Amino acid sequence: MDRAATDERIRALIEPFNKKGIAITEATTFAGDLEFDSLTVMDFVAEIEDAFDIIISMNQQAEIESYGQLVDAVSQMAD
Amino acid sequence: MSEGVFQPDQPPAALDGEGRDLFSKFDELIATRENLLAQGVEDPFNLVMEQVLSPTRAICNGRDTILLGTYNYMGMTFDPEVIAAGKQALDDFGAGTTGSRVLNGTYQGHREVEQALREFYAMDHAMVFSTGYQANLGIISTIAGKGDYIILDKDSHASIWDGCALGNAEVVPFRHNDIEAMDKRLGRIPEGAGKLVVLEGVYSMLGDVAPLAAMVAVAKRHGAMVLVDEAHSMGFIGEYGRGVAEAQGVLGEVDFVIGTFSKSVGTVGGFCVSNHPKFEILRLVCRPYVFTASLPPSVVATAETSIRKLMHGSNKRAHLWENSKRLHGGLKALGFQLGTEEPQSAIVAVIMPDLERGAMMWEALLKEGLYVNLARPPATPDNMTLLRCSLCAEHSAEEVETILGMFERAGARVGIIG
Ligand SMILES: Cc1ncc(COP(=O)(O)O)c(C=O)c1O
Repeated sequence: MDRAATDERIRALIEPFNKKGIAITEATTFAGDLEFDSLTVMDFVAEIEDAFDIIISMNQQAEIESYGQLVDAVSQMAD
Repeated sequence: MSEGVFQPDQPPAALDGEGRDLFSKFDELIATRENLLAQGVEDPFNLVMEQVLSPTRAICNGRDTILLGTYNYMGMTFDPEVIAAGKQALDDFGAGTTGSRVLNGTYQGHREVEQALREFYAMDHAMVFSTGYQANLGIISTIAGKGDYIILDKDSHASIWDGCALGNAEVVPFRHNDIEAMDKRLGRIPEGAGKLVVLEGVYSMLGDVAPLAAMVAVAKRHGAMVLVDEAHSMGFIGEYGRGVAEAQGVLGEVDFVIGTFSKSVGTVGGFCVSNHPKFEILRLVCRPYVFTASLPPSVVATAETSIRKLMHGSNKRAHLWENSKRLHGGLKALGFQLGTEEPQSAIVAVIMPDLERGAMMWEALLKEGLYVNLARPPATPDNMTLLRCSLCAEHSAEEVETILGMFERAGARVGIIG
């Protein structure tokens, strides 16, 4: 899937989870900047999985730290 | 959710400076705990039972206390035949086996308790572990390997999460009890990969039951194997006390049932039962089975006696249901918010507004002479603070009324109910 389109969709999905309204860049980290705890991560990942009809296993999640890495991973998987 | 997700929560920002070592990651938790105790609350995680009088009464921190948080559902801990069997085994076989099940640690009693389990579940194979925690750890990590997928409920018990973490399979959680979410994830697994669905009969935090009939059917449609942890339903739910899968008529399609001796059976130990024709090979390849000492002879003797008695426990089961219904209905009428609309198991979870008031309520109940389980995040779903009540078949109807009176007074004092 086109990276820009993926980016746009993920940005919309992340909004309800971005409680502090942090400005999101490619380098924004989920644990550090967005302060996602493990529960939030699980709910957020489930949203993305359903939106793109993919699986992001917890093993794969462990490799994804920043917003940019997530967009890359999802664009690849949703091909 | 989960008593153990394996990605750690946010690590505290690394500070340079003095006094930092490997324990610095616990500073936040230490502070939360000190803060709670500074308010003068008795430490909910440091209770001592000085004397245990029966399955339902003990002297706790110096007070005569009704026990309503022990998971001793069928009250087997003080059953005279169970105790006699344990004493006899101590005399005949000694205090411990000092060995692994696959070396010098399989005694006659281990064989016999496995036979009792096969009869209890009417299944071909039974494998006894030293705890239920190890049963989940061992079975899950061993049967789901690299390239396989584990699809599990996100409210799964810590031992299930840890079993996933110990193995090499891809781990994919789905929303609690959500059949469609499970179905979709199973449908996305790459062609040819092995699939294991992991479910629980009763979820111990809220005391709710899984829609196993529907979920097992979906799993089978996708060609997945199904493991069900029936820790909180054994001995109580289902006509023969085999659990929620039995009650919902799908036990025959479940590939592996995990259970524990630490709840209805009334001692300690864990097990897996199965009809899989190659099941016995697990005894050689399952590391949490092989690389630990087996249960003491007295423990397997008490477990066997207890399991055989549970086969004929239908009167006790009926009384336990009455207790659960009365407690649930009574607490609801008092205005408490509960984990389930209707009673679904022998667990009634009372939802507290926050950790502070939860701890205050827990302490107020203890002073009334009632012990319940305080559960707090991250062990709880949706970061709730819960007072978990688990009923026992040995609680009398009058005791349940006494318990309701205690909840009413404590709840009013702490300001949880009007
Ligand atoms: C669902 C579930 N599975 C497994 C276990 C572990 O049982 P055990 O106490 O035998 O380690 C428990 C109990 O804590 C449990 O609640």
